[in-house]
Amino acid sequence: MLMTYAILTLGILGLFFGLLLAVTARVFTVQSDPQVDAVREVLPGANCGACGYAGCVNFAGAVVQGKAKTNGCIPGGEETARAVAEVLGQKFEEAVQPVATVFCIGDVTRAADRYIYDGVKECAAANSIYGGFKACRYGCLGLGDCVRACIFDAIKMGKHGLPVVDSEKCTGCGLCAEACPRDIIKMLPKGEQGHLVLCSSHDRGKAVSSVCSVGCIACKACIKACPRDAIVMEDNLAVIDQEKCDDCGECVLKCKPGTIHKRSAIPTADEAFAAAGAAEEKKETA
Amino acid sequence: MGSIVFKGGVHPDYRKEITASLAVTKMALPSKVVIPLQQHIGAPCEPLEGIEVGAEVKTGQRIAESSGFVSAPIHASISGKITEIGPYNHPLGRPVKAVTIESDGRDQWVDDLKPAGDPSSLTPQEIRKVVQEAGIVGLGGATFPAHVKLSPPEEKPIDVVIINGAECEPYLTADHRVMLEKPEKIVFGLKMMIKALGAEKGIIGIEDNKADAIQAMEQAVAEEDNITINRLHTKYPQGAEKMLILVTTGRKVPSGGLPMDVGVVNHNVGTAVAICDAIREGKPLIERVVTITGEGINRPANMLIRVGTIVSNVLETCGGLKEETRKLILGGPMMGLAQPDADLPVIKGTSGILALTDDDVYLAESSPCIRCAKCVDACPVQLVPTAIAQAAEHGLFKKAEKLHALDCFECGCCAYVCPAKIPLTQLIRIAKAEIVKAKKK
Repeated sequence: MLMTYAILTLGILGLFFGLLLAVTARVFTVQSDPQVDAVREVLPGANCGACGYAGCVNFAGAVVQGKAKTNGCIPGGEETARAVAEVLGQKFEEAVQPVATVFCIGDVTRAADRYIYDGVKECAAANSIYGGFKACRYGCLGLGDCVRACIFDAIKMGKHGLPVVDSEKCTGCGLCAEACPRDIIKMLPKGEQGHLVLCSSHDRGKAVSSVCSVGCIACKACIKACPRDAIVMEDNLAVIDQEKCDDCGECVLKCKPGTIHKRSAIPTADEAFAAAGAAEEKKETA
Repeated sequence: MGSIVFKGGVHPDYRKEITASLAVTKMALPSKVVIPLQQHIGAPCEPLEGIEVGAEVKTGQRIAESSGFVSAPIHASISGKITEIGPYNHPLGRPVKAVTIESDGRDQWVDDLKPAGDPSSLTPQEIRKVVQEAGIVGLGGATFPAHVKLSPPEEKPIDVVIINGAECEPYLTADHRVMLEKPEKIVFGLKMMIKALGAEKGIIGIEDNKADAIQAMEQAVAEEDNITINRLHTKYPQGAEKMLILVTTGRKVPSGGLPMDVGVVNHNVGTAVAICDAIREGKPLIERVVTITGEGINRPANMLIRVGTIVSNVLETCGGLKEETRKLILGGPMMGLAQPDADLPVIKGTSGILALTDDDVYLAESSPCIRCAKCVDACPVQLVPTAIAQAAEHGLFKKAEKLHALDCFECGCCAYVCPAKIPLTQLIRIAKAEIVKAKKK
């Protein structure tokens, strides 16, 4: 008997509150623009902020009002741009999806440190103390501010102190580039075409070679080698114009420190280390 | 007069005995000086017309100035030829534009050096002008231009001038020696400051571990009826502006406020001597007393060094570094700045060069906070360092601001006492930088 009362009381209470909720939901309903909702539905929903708005809902609102472009969602890429255009009945504009690229290959085996750093394990913190512990004042400090900034789990810290970008997972939102206190990460259009000078140092050649074995020493050999005049020297750092580059690879052959790499074959720090380790092993066995 | 004791603070191993009894010696003229164009808080200086590579300069010649008010001109500290103008290592960390002068070995002073006139007839404006022209900045380490502190706004009258002779940083004895050797100059400098500010009295605060300095200063002020010596309890950071004002006058500088808000101006003993020299001899600030100490130094010393002398040259004069030296610090061990190498100049704010050995330096692995609240007890401005540090670690800078992170003056007491070895001061410093950055936006 006691049981029945309990079930009845709770049941009635449940019914009462259920009805109350149903009524209030009707009466106080918030009117939202169905178009905004429809746009929001097709967005990735990561709220990364790469579009320049606080989150996906804000972006959706801006697109509907015509303040943002339909291809404004960077992580969504072409697929999302197409879907948003479709929802709004607008013409599809091609979306260029960038990918994060680390412009430094001076890992712990190749670039020297200036002093032992014993502080907060963050790049920004280390960078503020005497310009960072790395001898090269442009090189990657490797404490992983970019790794922590990535909300798509697309950057990992490699074993030898350089971040490695997973281009499959990278959505091009640019949070990592923003987090990097040394501006080493740049957002490039996704693709395999072209060659890159993987160094950010604007120091003179001698200063670079004294602290890093793979930094650009501004020797201009690549400029002379390039048959298409695609390379220029900007403040002691070679820069390749990707539009002009036809992937001939002459510059790679002439680059003494080995700073220039084909985009499709950027060696991760781990691979490079494995290669070095194998070479050493060979030496030892011989 | 016994003094009040401030809350918080720590008692580090002072180790002042290494250099406390060594009289100040004059370092031999360096063959080259590198004079950074930013040696003070405020607008950096620009080289004057005619100051270019190849130009000849004389000792005491003004070589750079800035049009900003919060700034101090910079003078050549030796005579010779300018060989380079460009970025050079700086104690603050970033390379700063600097003028390199190769000595001609003659140390020829500029001709137009003359006393400011009869001290008793100088007007406050004249005193301020002399101080500004001489490029005098706070020599305790903060390097705030001295003439700015002598020009408070009219709505903030100053009645007390405090001379800071606490020297609470371990190891350092430069101020101690100055008080022993030039007490009369300090008193003269103080009198000039009192005059410039229209203040009523002067207080000289000295920690009670420097009994001889207290005695010397007491003798020097015996005939001054408006200057008193205040014997301070020995505790770090007694020499911090706000602590010193609290214990000597009982006034509390409000959060975010300046000493002038409570009618006080605070100067270091070295600054008082520099003001004295500027008024009596017309001498600009081109040299200062530096303590070269630590277990890593072969021959510790207190030396009068020309501004711009390269630290490695100073170390050579002191017999070089011992092999077991691990860390080189400019300033004291609590607030000084560790340096990656010795190729950088002594600047106006360099109070000490400290070399620590393996015995004193070790790398600590930090572990999670155990909520022991030792940092809370140690904080002299009653903050909760662990909470601010935690906020900073998670990027919650708004929260850090609410916890009054900006009141922290980075004395390092919290990190000193932390049993978990959390770099609290560094984390708070990050928070402060971010808060200031957000405010500027």
